[in-house]
Amino acid sequence: MATPEPPLLEARDLVRRYPARGRAWPRGAGTVTALDGASLALRGGEVLGLVGRSGSGKSTLARVMLNLERPESGEVAFRGRVLAAPTRAELHNLRRDVQAVFQDPHGALDPRQRIGAAVAEPLVIHRVIPGSARRERVAALLRQVGLPAEREFLRRLPAELSGGERQRVALARALASEPKAIVLDEPVSALDVSVRGQVLNLLLELHRSSGMAMLVITHDIELVARLCGRVAVMAGGRVVEEGPPEEVLRHPRSEPTAELLAAARAQAPVSRS
Amino acid sequence: MAPILAVADLAIAFPDGDGWRRVVDGVTLEVAEGEVVGLVGESGCGKTLTALALLGLVPEPGRVIAGSVHVAGADVATAGERELSSLRGGTIGFVFQEPAQALNPVRTVGFQVAEAARIHQRLPRRRAARLAVDLLREVGLEDAEAMAAAYPHQLSGGQRQRVLLACALSANPRVLVADEPTSALDTVAQQQFAELLATLHRRRGLAFLVISHDLALVARLAERVVVLYAGETVEMAAREAIVARPLHPYSRALMRVAGDAGAGGGERFATIPGTVPRAGEWERGCRFAPRCPLVIARCRDAHPTLDSRQDGRRARCFVVAEAEGRVGDS
Repeated sequence: MATPEPPLLEARDLVRRYPARGRAWPRGAGTVTALDGASLALRGGEVLGLVGRSGSGKSTLARVMLNLERPESGEVAFRGRVLAAPTRAELHNLRRDVQAVFQDPHGALDPRQRIGAAVAEPLVIHRVIPGSARRERVAALLRQVGLPAEREFLRRLPAELSGGERQRVALARALASEPKAIVLDEPVSALDVSVRGQVLNLLLELHRSSGMAMLVITHDIELVARLCGRVAVMAGGRVVEEGPPEEVLRHPRSEPTAELLAAARAQAPVSRS
Repeated sequence: MAPILAVADLAIAFPDGDGWRRVVDGVTLEVAEGEVVGLVGESGCGKTLTALALLGLVPEPGRVIAGSVHVAGADVATAGERELSSLRGGTIGFVFQEPAQALNPVRTVGFQVAEAARIHQRLPRRRAARLAVDLLREVGLEDAEAMAAAYPHQLSGGQRQRVLLACALSANPRVLVADEPTSALDTVAQQQFAELLATLHRRRGLAFLVISHDLALVARLAERVVVLYAGETVEMAAREAIVARPLHPYSRALMRVAGDAGAGGGERFATIPGTVPRAGEWERGCRFAPRCPLVIARCRDAHPTLDSRQDGRRARCFVVAEAEGRVGDS
């Protein structure tokens, strides 16, 4: 029997504490435990949903897994190798292979950088392709996310784009380094309801065509049911439940899952029989 | 009885080069005493400016250039400063989207809740402080005394939103305007806040104008729904009517998208093609025409009016108006 392939990105028993908010004095009087033994594995090629209430630790977990923050204890492994004291090369590879798109496409783009340059930047940094082919590649990336690749569009600034367009640009940038995985933190919650479906469909298509793994963070458990092959529920800084969406949504085994489900059901607009 | 809030054909414009650019143009809505009305619309449709116009607070250099706004019978355009300040935070209570920014970080929660009661109801300090604790309890905050002594940064987002609600209630308003009250909250907190609004409506008989991009929230809470698109009202109807059979193609699309979010299975997500036009950058004809599946030639040339129908509903659409004679289940 072949040895099973290690997960692409794995969090093992992570603990991360912050100074407590609202306790400016006396200094150091308290800490908030954002991650309290969180473990999660993102396998190659899967779409994994990470759900939970605000403050459950979802975003912190993603940030630690992306190596944007260091844990107090526990470890993160990338393709089975623990990133304890990552070398520059290891970090470079991680950044190339695991990309991220955050909730607010405003904050993710440099307001003074034109769209063409913004999408080309990762190509330069990661030396994905020779400079001469760069322009072609930028156009292809923009088309891939459903944006026009015309000169006029390339010259625009982020402020001249709608929220949905900005989120697509952020996605195009993330795709530029041809990552193996992409972490999406509330990718549609800042978007208008009428364009939300467009971005979600785009994610589905990207996954289908490239087989890229995705970790989708959201508080919308129903959205996860549609998008993801597996779902993990977080509460109190750890993953409390994990499984296929049909199972988790039909037979929640933990209180936090049941609570999220009840709230989502109560909000379903109207009888849709 | 006169409605507590009445906005008719409101237009708000900002200077643009040599002229003025209308960013709200054709908003009509009414809220009767004790009624819950939902105002639905996406970014740039004019929701928040409409809400500010209710208070005579359209930000400079913007200006109301057409239409009218009446609050409890008073014309906001001609009201004096004193009348306006009794409307603001007196007759109308406000709850905004970002509770973190709406509260004063250096004052206790109790002080801020009591403030409006001292100003608008002229309550002495002690009684206002007691009222503040009662209100914090009424909005469902546990351990209200301790909460009154806390500072805003010590609270969670959901708790801050409740504190803002208590602030608005302390002036004993007749109508509460809540602008995206739940969009900064997670699903569970959203649900709890929606329940709280429903309870306040039942218990106090308070009228509400709930403004949101979220049709699901609005359809749950409101008795009547007003749909905005690109700076104008495109449909007004009772909740049941708009849920069961939305008339305007945009309302139909919104219902489809809202209904789709929760539906299990299904391959692709429902979408509305195209993008929301930027404020003031609208088509000459119907503003929804570029995204409308029912578009006819006339929609591109002429701008439809907000027609009243026999059943009391109103919609701004040529196609719907033409079908008027043979309205069935479309």
